Amino acid sequence: MKALSQRRRSPLAVFALLVIGLMVTGGLYAVAAGSVSEAKAAEGSQATVGNAENGQKLFAANCATCHGLSAEGSNSGPSLVGVGAASVDFQVGTGRMPMQMQGPQAQAKPAQFDEQQTSDLASYVASLGAGPAIPSEEELDTKSVSDEDLAEGGAIFRVNCAMCHNAAAAGGALTRGKFAPTLSGVTEKHIYEAMVTGPQNMPVFNDSNITPEEKTQVIAYLKQLETQGSPGGNALGSLGPVAEGLFIWTAGLGLMVAFTIWITSRHA
Amino acid sequence: MSDESHGGSRNSGAVDPVGQGGVDQFHNPGLPHHAERITDKDPRAVKRAETQVMVLFIISVIGTVLFFVGYFGVGHSGIEIGTKLRLQNTLIGLGTAFAMLGIGLGIIHWAKALMPDHESVELRHEIAPESQRAEAQEIIETILEESGMDRRKVLRNTLIGAVLVAPIPAVFMFRDLDRSQLGANAMVDRLRHTMWAKGVRLVRDPSGLPIKASDVQLGSAFHVIPEGLNELKEGKLNEKAKAVVLLMRLPEDKMTVSPGRETWNVDGIVAYSKICTHVGCPVALYEQQTHHLLCPCHQSTFDLTQECKVIFGPAGHALPQLPIEVDSEGYLVAQSDFQEPVGPSYWERG
Amino acid sequence: MTQTSEYTPKTSTGRIANFVNERTGAAGMVKEFGRKVFPDHWSFMFGEVALYSFVILLLSGTFLTFFFDPSMAETHYDGSYIPLRGVEMSVAYESSLAISFDVRGGLFMRQVHHWSALLFVAGMSVHMLRIFFTGAFRRPRELNWVVGGVLLILGMAAGFTGYSLPDDLLSGNGLRIIDGVIKAIPVVGTYISFFLFGGEFPGTAIIGRLYMLHILLVPALILLMIVLHLMMVVIHKHTQYPGPGRTENNVVGFPVGPVYAAKAGGFFFVVFGVVAFISALFTINPIWNYGPYDPSPVSAGTQPDWYIGWVDGALRLMPGVLGDFSFERNVALPWGENTFVFNVLLPALGPAMLILGLMFTWPWIERWITKDNREHHLLDRPRNAPFRTAVGVAGVVFYCTTWAAASSDLIATHFHVSLNDVTYWLRTIFIVGPFIAFWITRRICLSLQRKDRETVLHGREAGIIIMSPEGGFTEKHEPLNEYKRWRLVSFDTPVYVPAQPDEDGKITKQEKRRAKWSKFFLEDRVAPVTPAELEAAHHHHEVEGGDEPKALGH
Repeated sequence: MKALSQRRRSPLAVFALLVIGLMVTGGLYAVAAGSVSEAKAAEGSQATVGNAENGQKLFAANCATCHGLSAEGSNSGPSLVGVGAASVDFQVGTGRMPMQMQGPQAQAKPAQFDEQQTSDLASYVASLGAGPAIPSEEELDTKSVSDEDLAEGGAIFRVNCAMCHNAAAAGGALTRGKFAPTLSGVTEKHIYEAMVTGPQNMPVFNDSNITPEEKTQVIAYLKQLETQGSPGGNALGSLGPVAEGLFIWTAGLGLMVAFTIWITSRHA
Repeated sequence: MSDESHGGSRNSGAVDPVGQGGVDQFHNPGLPHHAERITDKDPRAVKRAETQVMVLFIISVIGTVLFFVGYFGVGHSGIEIGTKLRLQNTLIGLGTAFAMLGIGLGIIHWAKALMPDHESVELRHEIAPESQRAEAQEIIETILEESGMDRRKVLRNTLIGAVLVAPIPAVFMFRDLDRSQLGANAMVDRLRHTMWAKGVRLVRDPSGLPIKASDVQLGSAFHVIPEGLNELKEGKLNEKAKAVVLLMRLPEDKMTVSPGRETWNVDGIVAYSKICTHVGCPVALYEQQTHHLLCPCHQSTFDLTQECKVIFGPAGHALPQLPIEVDSEGYLVAQSDFQEPVGPSYWERG
Repeated sequence: MTQTSEYTPKTSTGRIANFVNERTGAAGMVKEFGRKVFPDHWSFMFGEVALYSFVILLLSGTFLTFFFDPSMAETHYDGSYIPLRGVEMSVAYESSLAISFDVRGGLFMRQVHHWSALLFVAGMSVHMLRIFFTGAFRRPRELNWVVGGVLLILGMAAGFTGYSLPDDLLSGNGLRIIDGVIKAIPVVGTYISFFLFGGEFPGTAIIGRLYMLHILLVPALILLMIVLHLMMVVIHKHTQYPGPGRTENNVVGFPVGPVYAAKAGGFFFVVFGVVAFISALFTINPIWNYGPYDPSPVSAGTQPDWYIGWVDGALRLMPGVLGDFSFERNVALPWGENTFVFNVLLPALGPAMLILGLMFTWPWIERWITKDNREHHLLDRPRNAPFRTAVGVAGVVFYCTTWAAASSDLIATHFHVSLNDVTYWLRTIFIVGPFIAFWITRRICLSLQRKDRETVLHGREAGIIIMSPEGGFTEKHEPLNEYKRWRLVSFDTPVYVPAQPDEDGKITKQEKRRAKWSKFFLEDRVAPVTPAELEAAHHHHEVEGGDEPKALGH
C-alpha cells in the first residue's frame, strides 16, 4: 500500500487509474448485458393450442388501452383486425408487445406472457379476421434443406434482407432512431413470422414474394451462419471495416506503443 | 487575444528575441551521469538475463513447432470451418506469433540488458557546405554554357516544344481502355438506356418469376429485375447495374402524383430505380410505415409518397420512376424504359 | 583498392568481411554506418512500424498472388464453404474463397495481409502526427516530409486497390461508389469511368486492372519512396528531443552496431509477431459472409477500410438538397446543358484537398509566418509551439469528424440515437469543431507552459504537507536540479514579427498579410525562464519565508 501511495504521482498513475476505471465499468456492463442475453435465451417455442376466450380477457386487460377494446385500433396503436396469429405470436413472443413506452419502434425484451397466454392472445386476434397463421413445424424444418437450397436461401437473404439486417445478420440502422435488429439468436418461428407479417417498418414478404420453401431456405441459411462459427477467430461483432479499423487503432497500436516504450526504456 | 494570456511573459519582461542566444540564458548542463544497470554490477543478474534471453529464443522454437501442429495436426481442405479451421488458424497464427515474438523480444532483451548502454554523442555535419554548393553551381553553369542552351534559343525552344508534344500519343493510347469500340457520343449514350422497354415483365430477383399485381400487397417490397436478364450471356451485371427496381404498393390516398405520371402506377403499385442517385449504391431499405427509402451507404432518404423526392442525405435528385402497367395475363410489365438516366449524376446528364 | 599485404585479418569473421570489402568497397559503408548514432525514443518507432508492416505485406502478398486469380469470368462455386455452393460468382471471388478455405494457412495469410495493411497506414499516420507535433518537418527536412506525405497517399492507394480485389459484395459496392464519384467529375468524369471499368460499370476488366496496380505499380512506387525517405534520414541524421547534453549540433543515442541494430531488427520480429497474434485470434474481412458482387444487393454497414473512411464520411455529411435547393446544378452552356454534381464533388475533393494541401505546404507556411529559416535538429515539445499544436489538433478534429461520419449508422445503432441526429451533430462539429479545438488547444498549451515556468521558478510539489505554527497547511516545494530544469527552460518559441520593410523600404501587401497571421498565431506567447528571473524568484522566496505555495507573482 505504501509503495502504491508513493507512486500516485507518477505520470503512469493517471493512465493506470483510467484503465482500471474503464475495466470496472466495462466489466459491470458486460455482467449486466450478459444477464439480459441469458433472459433472452430462456424464451422457447413449442406449439400450444390457444384459447380465444382467455385471450380476449388478457387482451382487454393488457392491450386494449392502445389497440381499443375490440382491437379496432386507436391513436396510440394500430387496428389488429386481420393481422393474424403470426403477428401476435411474434410481437408478444419476442417481448415487443406490450410496449414499454412509445418510441421510434417497439424493442425486443423478455416476453411478458408465457406460451399459453401468448397463444390465447393469438387465437383471439386470429378470430377477429383472417391473417397469416403461425408457421407449421414443417415450414420451420431447416434440417431437411439441402446444401444447394441453403445457398439459394443465402442469395435470397442478400437481395431481400441484407440491406437492413447486414450480410452477416448483425443488424443495421434505419432513419430517425429506428433500426433493423440482429437476427442471431432469434428463433426460426419468429424469423418466419416477421417475414410474413412485416412488424413495425419491416416490409411484408408474402408467399408470392418469397415462397414458404424459400423462407425456410433463408432461415436455414441464417441458422447455418449462426452455428458455423467464425473460422478466422473473433468476428468483432461482424460489423465490418469500422470495427476492424477501431480494433487496429486501439488494440493494435496500443500493443505497438507498449512494446516501443519497453524497447526504448533503460534496463533496470 | 485576451490580455490574461500575456500575464507571465509580459510582466516579467521575459519576451526574448527569436534565436535565443541572449546572454541571459541557462547553460546546458551536459549529459547526466551514466547510471549503471543491475547487469553492470551484479554477475548474477547477467546470468539471469542470459537465461531469460535463451528462454525467449526457445519459446520461438516452440512457436515454430506449434505452427506445424496446426498445419499437419488439424487436417486440411474441407474441414469444418467453425471449429477445425478456426483451430488451425489459431494454432498456425499463435505459432507464428510466438516464433516471431520470441526472436524479437529475445534480441531486444539481449541488447537492453547485456550490450553496452552508454549513450554516444556524434556531431552533426553541415548538409551541404558553402564551398561545395558554390562549386556545384559553377559546374552546372559550365554545363549549361557548354551545351549552348542559353545561346541557341531556337534550338532550345523547338526541343522543349517537341518534348511537350511527344507524350500526347501515349495519353491517347489509353483510348481503347473502354473495350466497347464505340464513338464518344455512343459511349456516353449507354448510360441513358436500360433493358426496360414496353411490355418487359417485372420479375423477382434472383428467381426470375413474374409478379401479378394482386401479389403486391400493402407494405410489401419486391426486388425486381427485367425478364430475360438472368438469361443474358454477356454483360449481365452491366445491365443489372442499371435495371434493378424496387416495387411497392402505396395506399392511393397517400400518393402525390405529378402531372404526366398519372398512369405510371397500377392501383398504387409503383416501381422505382433501386440505384441511388448519389453515387450508385442500391437504395433498398424500405420502411413500410413511413414509406421512406434509405440508402445504407450514405443515408440518402427518399420519400415514396412524394415520388421519391430526397428528404435527407447527400443525394441530389429523386429516384427515377419506371412506368408500369398490367399485361393481358395479369402480370406487371413496363410501359417503357426509364424516362431519365438512372443512377449517379454525370456531366452529360443535362 | 585495399592493400591486402598491409592488413591481414585475424579472425574468421574478419576474413569474410575482408573478402567482401576487397570486392565491393563495403568498408566505407561500414565506417559510415557501423557506429552511426541514433537517438532512442518510443515515439520515433512508428515509422519502423509502418516499414515493417510493409515488409510483412510484401511477404504475405507474394504468397497470396500464387493462389489468387483476378479474372472476372463467371463460374459456379464448388469449394468447401457450404452456404455458397452452386452460387454464381467471379473467378476472383472463387479464388479468394479457395485461399480462405482450401489452401492450408491461406486464411491466416489473408488475415495477416489485411491486418498489416491496416497497421501500415495507421503506423504512417501516427508517425506523421509525431513529426508534425514535434516540428521535425522543419528545415532541413521539408522534402522528406513531402516524401512522407506521398507515401501516405500511396499507402491509401495500395489499400484501396487491394480492398477491391476479392470482388465480394462489400468491395463491389465500394467500387460502385468510386464509379459514382468519378462520374461526378466535370467534362471528363464519364469517360474516366468508362476507361477505368473498360466500359460500363462493373464490366469485366476492373479487377485485373486493379490487381496490376496493387501488386506492381503502387508497391514499386512505395518502395522507391521508402528508399528516398531513408536516404534522406541518413543525410539529415535523426532529430532528437531537447535534454541535457543535447544540442542542435550533436546527436545523442546508441550506435547502430550493435545496440540500435539489435533493437530495430528485433522490432521487426515484434511487429510480425503482433500482426500474427491478431490474425490468429481476430477475423478480418470475412468475405464469405458478404457473398459475390451483384449490383442488386447491399449490406447494412457498407463501409471502406478505415483510411478511406474520412472521404466516405465527408460524402455522408454533405446535404444533397437544402429546402428546395439541390446541389446538383444543371447549367446551360453554349453547346448544351451540363450537370455539375456539387453534392458529390465538394465532399469528395474539398476535405481531401484541404487536409492534404495544408499537410504538404505546412513547412513552408510555418516558415513564412515565423520567418524562421534556421536548421532545427532539436524537437519541440508540443506545448512549446502552441500555434502549431493548435493547428494540428484542429486538423485532427476535422479529420476525425469526417471519419466518425463514415460510421454514423453504427454510432446510431450502438448508442441508441437517431441516425439523422448523428448526421446533424457531425455536420455542426465539422464546421465549428476545428475552430473550438484550435482555441482550446492553444489555451491548454499556454497553460502548460506557464505551469512549467512556475515549476522552474518555485520548484516542484514535493507531496509533503507542512503545518505552520498558525495552523495553516502548505505543500513543500523542492527546487529542481539543473538537469530537470534544463528540460523546462531550453526551448525556443517564435515571437510575433511585425511587418518588415523590404529592400526598397516598402512594406508589401503580402508582408502585411504575413504579419497578420504572425500576430494571430504568435502574439500569445510564454517565454522560457531566464536565470535572472530564477534569481529574482529565489530572492522573493527568502523575503517571504520560502515555500509559499502557488506563488504567481512572476
